[in-house]
Parts: sequence; C-alpha cells; structure tokens
Amino acid sequence: MAGNGNNEKPAKKKVVEKKYPMSEQPPAERIRNFNEVPYGYDVETAVEEARRCLQCKKPVCIDGCPVEIDIPGFIEAIAEEDFAEAIRVMKSFNNLPAVCGRVCPQEDQCEKVCVLAKKFESVAIGRLERFIADYDYEHGVAPPTEIAPTKGKKVAIVGSGPAGLTAAGDLARMGYDVTLYEAFHAAGGVLRYGIPEFRLPKAILDQEVDYVKSLGVKVECNMVIGKVFTIKELLGELEFEAAFIGTGAGLPRWMKVPGENLIGVYSANEWLTRINLMRAFEFPEYDTPIWAGKNVAVIGGGNTAMDSVRTALRMGAETAKIYYRRGEKEMPARIEEIHHAREEGVQFDFLVAPDRVLGTDDGWVRGMELCRMELGEPDESGRRRPVRCEGSQFEVECDMVVVAVGTYPNPIIPETTPELELTKWGTIKVDEETGMTSVQGVFAGGDIVTGGATVISAMGAGKRAARGIDAYLTDK
Amino acid sequence: MAYKILARDDITSESVRMVVAAPHIARKCEPGQFIILRLDGKGERIPLTIADFDRDAGTVTIIFQKVGKTTYHLATFREGDEISDFVGPLGRHLDLGRLGTVACLGGGLGVAPIYPKVRALKAGGNYVVSIIGARRKDLVILEEEMRAHSDELFVTTDDGSYGLRGFVTDQLKLLLDEGRKFDTCLAVGPIPMMEAVCRLTAQHDLPTLVSLDTIMVDGTGMCGSCRVTVGGETKFTCVDGPVFDGHNVDWVETKRRQCRYVPQEKQALERFEKDRGSK
Repeated sequence: MAGNGNNEKPAKKKVVEKKYPMSEQPPAERIRNFNEVPYGYDVETAVEEARRCLQCKKPVCIDGCPVEIDIPGFIEAIAEEDFAEAIRVMKSFNNLPAVCGRVCPQEDQCEKVCVLAKKFESVAIGRLERFIADYDYEHGVAPPTEIAPTKGKKVAIVGSGPAGLTAAGDLARMGYDVTLYEAFHAAGGVLRYGIPEFRLPKAILDQEVDYVKSLGVKVECNMVIGKVFTIKELLGELEFEAAFIGTGAGLPRWMKVPGENLIGVYSANEWLTRINLMRAFEFPEYDTPIWAGKNVAVIGGGNTAMDSVRTALRMGAETAKIYYRRGEKEMPARIEEIHHAREEGVQFDFLVAPDRVLGTDDGWVRGMELCRMELGEPDESGRRRPVRCEGSQFEVECDMVVVAVGTYPNPIIPETTPELELTKWGTIKVDEETGMTSVQGVFAGGDIVTGGATVISAMGAGKRAARGIDAYLTDK
Repeated sequence: MAYKILARDDITSESVRMVVAAPHIARKCEPGQFIILRLDGKGERIPLTIADFDRDAGTVTIIFQKVGKTTYHLATFREGDEISDFVGPLGRHLDLGRLGTVACLGGGLGVAPIYPKVRALKAGGNYVVSIIGARRKDLVILEEEMRAHSDELFVTTDDGSYGLRGFVTDQLKLLLDEGRKFDTCLAVGPIPMMEAVCRLTAQHDLPTLVSLDTIMVDGTGMCGSCRVTVGGETKFTCVDGPVFDGHNVDWVETKRRQCRYVPQEKQALERFEKDRGSK
C-alpha cells in the first residue's frame, strides 16, 4: 500500500499533511490528444486518501456542498474499503458524481472549509468522489437505487444540462413520471457541448445520462421547447402537472468591437460545440468541419476561456494566448484549469482588452488592436473594475480569435412564455426556496436563473426545484 | 426517435424532394421556418427550409440540392429510410399579412423556400407576381405549384432554353421598366442573386425581404456561426431570421462567411464519393 503504515490500524495516526497526488498525462503528450488529463486514484491511493479524513463530529464540508453530499459518510466507507456503501451514500445525494468529481470547483466549496485545510492540505474530496463514481462504473458495485412507488403524476424537465439531469433524477426517484426534453441530438447540455473531452470524457457523461435514464426518466432529444411545444402546451394538452426550465445561459456575449464577424473569430460556444458535440476534431471521419488557427488568441479569463485555449493547442495551434482585461488574481477560472493551461504552454496577457479585430483584404483575421487596462474601484461583482489606459493601444498578430467573455440566458422559452417574470438581465425570477417561477407549476433553475455560473450550483438548483415540485404536487 | 422518409422523388437531376414523418414539427411550423437535420451519428447539422407541410398527415417536406457531402448522402436515402435527427420548427415565423402587390423571386433551389411564402401571400389576399429562374429548363422546380398560387408567373433560364433568357433580375427589371408597381419584393436564392435583386430594387425604392441560408450548428442562437450584419448590427440568422431587410444586409461579409469551409467541404465530398465508389 502507498503512504503511511500497514494494514493494521495504527493506534495513533500521524496526519498526512498533503493530498495524495493524482497522476496525469504529461503536458507534452496530452496537448497532442483529447484524452483526459488526470488519470484518477487507484484503489490503494483512494483508501489512503480517505483515511486522511478526520471524520469531524460537525462536518463543515457538507455545508460547503451545494448538493449536501454526506461527505464524511462516503469517505469513511472508502476508508473501510466498502465501496458499495460509498457509492450508495454518494448516489443518494448526487446523480452525477463522475461529473462533479471532475468539474466541481471543490477548492471553493467543500475542500475550502475542510478542517484539515486550516493547517495542511484539505482532504481530496473531489478526487475521492471521482474515484468512487469511476470504480462503480467499472465494477458495478452500487446497490439498485431505491425508487418510490409511482405517484402517477407527469413532470416535464426542459433542458438536459446539470440542473435538468439532477431535477429529473431526483423526481424519478420520488416516483414521478419524468420526461426530459433536450434541443440537441444528445443529452447533457453544457456538459456535452461546452466541456471538452480532456476534462470530461463523453463516455463518462453517457454513463451518467444512462444512470438517470435507468431511474425511469424518458429523454426526448431534438425538442426545442418554446418552438415545438410551449410551456403552456406542456401543462395543457400534454398533461404535465409541473414543468422545470433548465435551459441555461447558452447565448454568446460578444465584445462589440469592429471586426468581430471576420472569418476566424469564433464565439467560445461555436468553437467548443463544433469540437465537443459535433466532434470536428475527428473531421473528416465526422462530417462537421472546423477551421483551426496556428496563432490563437482567446479573450476572457473563465473556465470557458481555459477550455477554448487548451482545445486550440490540441487542434494544432503553435501559440495560444489568453487575453484578460483584469489581473491574474481576478480570473474566474479554476486554479487547476489555469495550472493545466500553463503547463501546456498557454501564454497569458493580463490587464488588456481588444479594441478591434484586424482583418486581411479577403476578410480573415490577421490580428488585434488591444488597449492596456488598470484596475479601478470594485464593481458590483466585488472585483476591481478594469479602466482603459488611453494611448496604450498596440497591435498583435493572430489568425484566430475565440470570444469567451460570458453568455446570456437563452431567450427562447421566456419569449414564448410571456407570463414568466424576468429580471432586467433576462433571467427567470424564482422563489429561492422552491424554485417556482411567477407561473403556477412552472419551476426554473441553473444558469437560466443565475446567469452563467457553475455545474454544481445548477445541480443544487435542480435539487431544490425537485423538492419544490414535490411539495407543490403533494399539496395540489 | 428517428424520422422516417415517407416519399422521395428526384425533381431535377440536381435536387430531391422528401416527405418526412415529423408530426410535432408539422403541427407547429409556418411558412419561412426551417429544420435542422443530422443524418447519422457522425453527421453534421444542416438547416433546410420547410418547403411544405401537412398537419393532418404529420409530415414535413424538404427540397434540397446536392451540393455537399451531407446533401449527396441524403440523396441516397430511399423511402422507408430514417434520418437520425430532425429538429424544428426553427427561425422566426414571418406573418407577411396584407402587403398589396408582391414580387416573389426564386432563384434555383430558392424556389423551394419561397413557395410556402407565395402560398401564404396568395391566401392572405395579396396580388402575387412570381419570377422563378434556373440555369436550364430541366432544372426549373415547382413551376406548377408556383403557378397555382401566383397571379402571374414568369420563368427565366440562363441559357434561354425556357422562358426569358437571363436571370430573375432581368425579368423584374423588365417589369419595373414597364412601370409595374410593387409594394414589396421577396427574393430567395443564391447570395449573388439576392444581392443583385437588392441592388435593382434599391434603385426603385422597392422594399425587399431576403431569406438567408447561412452556415449553422445548433440553430437556436447558441453559437453565432450564422451571424450576419444587418443595418450595422450583428444578427443571428437562426433566431433573428432567416428573413431580413435585403437592403440592409452586408452582402460582402455574408458571401465571405458562407465560403469559409470550402476546402473542408470539398474534402468531405471527395471522401464520400470515393467511399461510395469503392462499395
């Protein structure tokens, strides 16, 4: 066994100060493929890591988790090598552990508040979550999920991203007859089109979606709700008793600078959707074409920007550079993603924003004109606002630009459901506790309510809405 | 769920008509809207105009020209075969209402998307003057259908093998020069044709609507692949269109963006033809 000691429980355990490392594909190798970067823990390492957990009487880590997983519970089972129990505990809270273990920002949530982290490194909760999910998919140790007797009530879930999958899974377990509608040809939402293969293999996502289906959820793809059926029609002639809207924040935000429609400028959504959903990286085996630059500029500092720039390297870019208008500390991307990007050779230029994209005579990108920024007073997000340094403009050369400066809520459902009350940002207003919108029986959650946020916060919203829908239909 | 092809016929040597079972879409779609299809698990998503629909039968009719890998591949599908994915109705439904006298120009395969609009205009009490064009007589499509729903119908061919020798714009110019008055013009066809129509109608202050067929991925406003500049503003063809004020479209940019995958499209088609040849 790796780590400290032998199989017999030592009388006094010495604290292992650091997380057990997780091996990864070396940077030089991985930038030439789309395979997943970290390999995950093996059994021995996972058990040793689980034994680092102090099993606190008052586990604050649970408060740090948007889906309230019994973290010490599943970790204790791993420490005792009872993997069936570990996955049972995990799945009683979380329908998508293989996803969460890979893409959650644990460093800002459960691991941030871990008591060990006060003196040492926190328990590697995310890695253990991934371990137990992958172990179960490989060995099939989980006992069958308990499903309540049927309630004979139909619920429609619109959007099969993290919020929709969570709400659908939870409601199916409560005994509801759930139909999950997806606009694309495959379920998963942003997990499918947005997050690259090297961070979340689509085979893993397929397994998670299959698990949700195994709970009795019917998935209907190719259905653009709002266009093919309105929410009113779902609740009317289609006889659903409640509906949940989890259609995300899928609309790209542009920089609104000249030259943005030149050829070679992509929204992050287009760049990533062509590659992740349509698998353009396997063109011509797959039909969807893509044009990939050699000298790539990505605008933005979030996870989507990191995904875009790392994807560019894998698509053959010789240089790939992030341009971000604030400083390094203000970047919203996960530390792990920034770290991986750096290892792979991504360059960063901070406190800089494009004034225009420059084109060739025939309409292709040839560079950008940028302006230096400095940080002023904090804005409503609490981060210091970037302020232009006039006269600092300069030009750089590049042949491709990816715009990853955020997204807007998808308007198709609000536009076709005029009764829905919206905020001034176009997001749907809901009751925070139940997730109910201004329309009786219609609930919403995830990015369509919050604007662009994280996978796990959307899952938390899906979970709350499932409870809200259950309470509403129980009283109805 | 896959989508079954109920009927299929070659309407010219270059174009095919298919009737597809898609009851949800047939129930809801309106003239001018489109669908996006994907043939199989490795396919690309391409938009095609809804050329016709039958709400009772639950069918949607598409007409397409064999131009690239996907359309050549789709042309090999027979009655009873299934299309993996078929999504819609997409795009804005444009209620044309009562406009008066309307010139409806369809160039090449553009006749297919203009046909449902002609039908709706005629049913809405407008006086419809249709002009349809093709390269040669045998490539003219939907002539009888168009004639049945137009007050007047003119045909042009590039080589003069049928109707007026020339383009649809030449016919429209003749009518305008004769002093014929129109309240609105609708033009659908290849970009150079729509651009030429707009150049002509601008000289006559004739409001002109065009329907764009840009490169799309999702078709729901997510990616921006289909963006065009209209009146100085960026618009998405999939959710803001596909119909726009033709006099405000930036045609130079639209043409360039439409050609951006030409080398890949060529490669994919060559590969498809080679694969078929070896079978």
